[in-house]
Formats: sequence, C-alpha cells, structure tokens
Amino acid sequence: MILLNAAEMDALALSHPDLLHRSIWQRFRVPIIAVAVILYFIFAWWFFAVGKVVGSANWGLAGNYLADWVSYEIRPDIEIATDGSMQINYPRFDPIGPNPNPDWLEARRETVTRTIETPAPSAPATPTTPSSSFSFMAPAPSQQSETAPAAPTVETRIEEVVTEAVVQMGPERLIDVQPDRVVLTRGDEVVILTLDRAADQVLAQGPLPEWAEQRSVGGRVTAYFGFSGWADISADRVRLRKRFLGWENFFFDTNSVFFDKSAGEVLSLIVSGNRIVPGQSNLSLAWNDILYNPSWQHLDVWTKLLQTIVMAFIGTLFAMIVAFPLSFIAARNIFQNRPANQLTKRFFDFLRSVDMLIWALFFTRAFGPGPLAGISAIFFTDTGTLGKLYAEALENIDDKQREGVRSVGAPPATVQRYGVVPQVMPVFASQALYFWESNTRSATIIGAVGAGGIGLKLWEAMRTNSDWENVAYMVLLILIVVFLFDGISNYLRSKLIGPRNH
Amino acid sequence: MPTSVPATTLSGNGLLIERHWQQLAGQRRVYTLISGVLLLMVVSGSLWFANETNAGKFFDRLPHLFDFVGDLIPRDGWEIWRALFDLPSPYEDGSLKYNYVEGRYYITDNLYIPEYFYKMVETLNIAILSTIIGLIFGFMLSFLAAKNMTRNVWVRGTARRVMEIMRAFPEVVLAGFFLAILSLGPLPAVIAVSIHTVGALGKLFFEVIENADMKPDEGLKAVGASWVERSWFGMVPQVMPNFMSYFLLRLEINVRASTIIGAVGGGGIGEQLRLSISRGHEAKTLAIILLLLLTIIAVDQFSAWLRRKLVGDQAFQAI
Repeated sequence: MILLNAAEMDALALSHPDLLHRSIWQRFRVPIIAVAVILYFIFAWWFFAVGKVVGSANWGLAGNYLADWVSYEIRPDIEIATDGSMQINYPRFDPIGPNPNPDWLEARRETVTRTIETPAPSAPATPTTPSSSFSFMAPAPSQQSETAPAAPTVETRIEEVVTEAVVQMGPERLIDVQPDRVVLTRGDEVVILTLDRAADQVLAQGPLPEWAEQRSVGGRVTAYFGFSGWADISADRVRLRKRFLGWENFFFDTNSVFFDKSAGEVLSLIVSGNRIVPGQSNLSLAWNDILYNPSWQHLDVWTKLLQTIVMAFIGTLFAMIVAFPLSFIAARNIFQNRPANQLTKRFFDFLRSVDMLIWALFFTRAFGPGPLAGISAIFFTDTGTLGKLYAEALENIDDKQREGVRSVGAPPATVQRYGVVPQVMPVFASQALYFWESNTRSATIIGAVGAGGIGLKLWEAMRTNSDWENVAYMVLLILIVVFLFDGISNYLRSKLIGPRNH
Repeated sequence: MPTSVPATTLSGNGLLIERHWQQLAGQRRVYTLISGVLLLMVVSGSLWFANETNAGKFFDRLPHLFDFVGDLIPRDGWEIWRALFDLPSPYEDGSLKYNYVEGRYYITDNLYIPEYFYKMVETLNIAILSTIIGLIFGFMLSFLAAKNMTRNVWVRGTARRVMEIMRAFPEVVLAGFFLAILSLGPLPAVIAVSIHTVGALGKLFFEVIENADMKPDEGLKAVGASWVERSWFGMVPQVMPNFMSYFLLRLEINVRASTIIGAVGGGGIGEQLRLSISRGHEAKTLAIILLLLLTIIAVDQFSAWLRRKLVGDQAFQAI
C-alpha cells in the first residue's frame, strides 16, 4: 500500500483541481433540478387550476362508474297504495327481463277485499277545459264538486295482492316492506321506519345509524347497503337499487328466446330441442341472438376491433414498403446527391410533423369515416417516422461490406442488395414491428376522431355515462389484442436481432 | 459477377451433397412461397375488409382526396395571420367565424396572449407535466422491474405487469373516464397521458438498467451500501443519460398525444382544431394547423439537439 504525506496529497490535489473542485452546476444539479421540477409543479397546479377541479369533482360518481364496469343494477319500485296493497314494478329495460320473479325479493301475498275506484267513464262529457274567462287558480274545488256525482264508480272485489315484500340485499342485509312500516336490517343494527301515508311522512323510531340518511324530519330516508345497493323510502313508495356483480345478459338479451336459461338448457335446446323459429336451426338462432345482442353488440364490437387491427397492420406495412426505398435516397452515404437527400429528409419531416390527428381528419374528410382513413393516417405518419429512422440506420452502416461487394465488380443495385440490406434488414424489420405494436394502441385513439376502428364506439359508450360495462368489455378486448401483438412482435424481434437488443 | 463452374463429374459423395443442398434450397423456396402467399392473402383480405366497412369506397372517394384542403381556402391570405394573432378582421360580422379578438387572454390591460398560442401552451404543458410525472414514476418502477436490481420475482413481476397494463390501457378510455368525473378541462388529458407515459417510460428504463454495467454496483455492495445507495450511486449515473434521452423522445410523442387527446375532449389546441374544422372556419383551422406544425417541429428540433448534447450521436435512435 502506498502512503502519502499531507504535502504530497495537496500537491496532487492542486494539479488536478477539476477532479476535486467541481463546478456549481456539477455539485448542485440534483437539488437545482428538484427545485425546478417542484416550481414547475406549482406552476402547473395554478395553470390547470388543479385544486378547484379536484375539489369540484364528483368522487361519488367515480365509485359508481367504476362499479358499473363490473356490475349491474336491478331497480324495482315498490308502490304502496292507500289500503296497504303493494305493487312491484321494474323499469321497462331493466336487465331482469320481462317476467321478473327474483329469489332475492320475496313478495307475500294475501287475499283481501279491496275497494277500487274506477274513474268515471263520463269524464270526457263534462267540459273540464272551460272558456277563457276561467282562471286555473281559484275554481278547482267547484269544478270537482260539479263532476263529483257523475264520477268514480266504486267497486268492491276480492283480489290477491302483495302485502309484504322482503328484499334480501346481501348477507344479513334485509329490507322488509310492510304496509305501515319498513324494517331495515344491516348486521345487528335494525331500523324501523313508520310510514304515515296520510301525512306523507316517514318517521324513524330512534336515531338513524350512519348508513341511513334523512335530510329532513318526516322526509325520504335513503339507506345504503354498500356495494349491494341502496333503498330510497318514502311514505307511498320504496325505490330499490340492487347491484349484482358481473355483466348482465352478456350472451342473450331479454327479448331472446334463450334469455334466462342456463348453459345446459341452451345446449340441450341447440342439440336436441325442437326448432323454435321454423326454418332456422336453434344453433343459428342462438348464434344470431348472441351476435346481435342489442346491449352488447358483439358483432359490431368485433368488427370495429378488427378494423383497428387492420388499420395498424396495413398502415405500418405500407409505410415500411414505401419508407424502405425512400430511405436509400435520403441516406447521404448511399445516394450521393445532396439536394435529393435533403428533399427526401424534409419530406419525411413534413409527414411526421403534420400530426397523425391532422392526417386522420384529412383522410376522414376524403374517404369518410372508417378504416381507410385510419390506414392512410397511420401510413402517412409512419412513412415519415420510419423513413427518418431507416435513413439514420443506413448512414451508420459499416462500409466494408459494400466495398467488398463493389470490388468484385457488382452493379450498383447488387451492391445495395448484398452490401447494405443484410446489415440493416433486421433493424428495419424490428423497427417496423415495434411501430406495428405501438400503432395497435394508437389506432384506438385516432378512431375517436372518426378514423375508423373501435375508438369511436368506445367514445360513444363513454359519453352516455351509463354503458361502462360495455367500455370494460371493449377495453378487455383491446388489452388482449395489445398483449397478444406485443408478444408476437417481441418474439419476432428477438428472433431477428437477438434477445438483448429489442 | 462472372461465375463459371468447371464441368466436373461428381463422385457419389459429391452427388449426395449436391442433392442434399438442392433439397434444402427447395424446402426454403417452398416456405418463402407459402409465407408470401399467406401475407398477400392477409393483406388483400384486410384491404377488402377496410374498404368494405368504410363509409366511402376507396375508388369512389379518390377524386375527393383533397376535399379537406379545398374546405380550408380562406377568404384572403391575411385572415390566417389575423386568426393566429387575434387581430380584428375586416369581415367581422358578429359570427363565430371572424371573432378573432374575443379569444384574447389579457395579461395586463393591453398586453395579451392570442387564443391559439394560449391553447398551444396549454397542450405543451399537458405534455411536459405528464412526461415529468411519467419520468418520476417510471424511474421508481423501473428499478423494481429490473432483473439485476430486484431479485424478488414477485416484486419484479408485479412491477412489470403494472407497467404493461398502464401502457396498454387505451388513453381514450382514461381521458373519457376522468372527463366524466372532473368535467371538461385539461386535467383528464394530463392523467391519461401520464398513466400511459409511466408504463412506456418504465419499460424502456428497466431495459436500460438491465443492460448497465454491474461493476459499480458490485463495488458498492462490497462496502456495504444499501439498496437505495446502490441504485443511486451505482446505477443512476450510468443510466441517466439514456433516461434523459428517452424522456425527451417521450416528450415529442406526448406533444402529439396530448393534441389528439385534446381533440376528443381534453382541452388545449386539439379541441380548438376539431371545433374549428367542424364549424367550417377556414382561417382559424389553417392558423391552428400552422401553429401546431411549427410547434412540433420546434419541439422535435430542440429535443434532438438536447439529446445529442446529452448522449452523443449514438442515442439518436427512436424507440
């Protein structure tokens, strides 16, 4: 080991000052950059008004939308008539179908004697719309008294009606709707709400727990049951939202004959059942019902997805085919003509700099919305990008091979074929593959401006704010396609240029 | 190349070799032919499909190729200039088409930023902010995803899967989702582009780390450095030039991406472009295209210059 005394060390330090005394920038660049970035963040916070936007955002909505990705709601309404009989209604397009009888909603029926008022048949005969001297404000009672004798015929009949509805909202979560009260159970907490229809009031017995909310005394009560939904209780009506995990009616829509049948039933129908529609086999009927399922639109989604794939594939392939010869003209060392080199390079720059967005709009105007516009947009942009990359790769090649081929007297075309192409071809193909893969992703987004593919469909599904499950379905398909092509492209590229360099 | 083969009669072994070679060459030709035919079929099928599902058919619409340009002829050439700098137009008739002055952003009482410059700055800021966010998170994730820095398969696998999903998740969905929550504005675009950038940069970064020289790391390990110290002093100085180069490349890409995101509702210049095209405002559209073109060229040139400074000519490769 060599030992130095202090004087020698100082002498060494003096003779190499640059090693020990670095410039301020070298010494403090990390804190300087960090401070600059933080300052920029503060600027961006102010510029984009982040605080205000985030503050006014509707985060409850975000949770709902996210839940919609993987679940759906069924929305029964329980109406309670004055005599306590109930009617359970489902909205027309509810995913539960036209004949709902779910096992989570138990309706207890009783036979009762009801007095039903039927509206007077003579109503049109009585002039209810009076002359212009009439005001809407005052004379309503007198009008009623006028028509009263002629009006409702009271009928008494014996009917079976729903008198109690018990809704299972999940494990240990129960809503028991009775004519005069609603009992909510969540775990060991029980809330009893008394319904006073005469005063149109909902009264809670005792204080409400956290998960139930009543804005004003006697007003509506909203009870939340977490993911499984919520209920909105007023004196004559209980609105329910029950959430189920999964995608509803993914295969068969409510108006298909196969709706609500288990896989086994559908299979047995297809294999051995009688023809449901004469002249069409059950298999083709089922397949047709799946393809044209109105809420999922499988066929349309698949067509659009295929368009996106085709756009990326054809666009990149053609870009490669066109950029390949052009890059030879653009490369200084291959085509020794300065103006031609510069012209081609500027042409590439132009294609690249006119954004893909503008090309997409240009070709959407030319060809109409659809994949042709997308193909052309990708083709034009990527011809520029690939051409530039290819020209750079060509300018960096090893000249010895060309010299070798030329020295044996080969004509110029042969020199390029055997002296240049073998060197650059793997790189060219690898770059084209990379662009193919990345274009599969970007083709989605130019679709949203009308250039074909799944982008527009995705955008439309999102705009409605209620079809998030369709969005999830399309995203899933896109992810599968992207991962698949990622894998193919990585595999091909590692075959071409070795596993290390992709 | 002059080639002449002397006519020698081959012996038994020679014939065998010759036959073998012929067989191999024949096999190769057949494979080439098959893949060529296959490719041709895929391509022609794709083209047919694209043409069939397009709104207009290729050959019918070809004469209309330059309709877009035809729609963009302004009333007079100076209109573009006026639209670009928000100068009052002589054709001002109260309609949206010529109301250039209204979009001004006043800084002081008489100093203003023209509308499109302001929007362009907004788009640029979307790109810069999201690239920086992508750099920070991509940087952190890449060390977890690199084989030579993280030995734990689960951590590495998770980091890689997270980045893959971030990269592959369609930006348009992210933008649309946050648009629904945050309402209109540039923030959804920032989030969408950032998430994508984290994934994209992270992947490039961890490949750089895996290709780095492990000797400094070994040295640090020998003197008992912690994982963070090994990363910071052994790895970062090596990989930083490449990271910066990728960062700048990503910035170029993100300027374009934020323009497109803008066009689907993310604010900035993209939205202005789409609006002015759909409303048929020629001068405004041309002004925006011009501004966009110049900005993209400027950003590209600046980034190329900076990259050359940072890593020399070698790292001038995209991807």
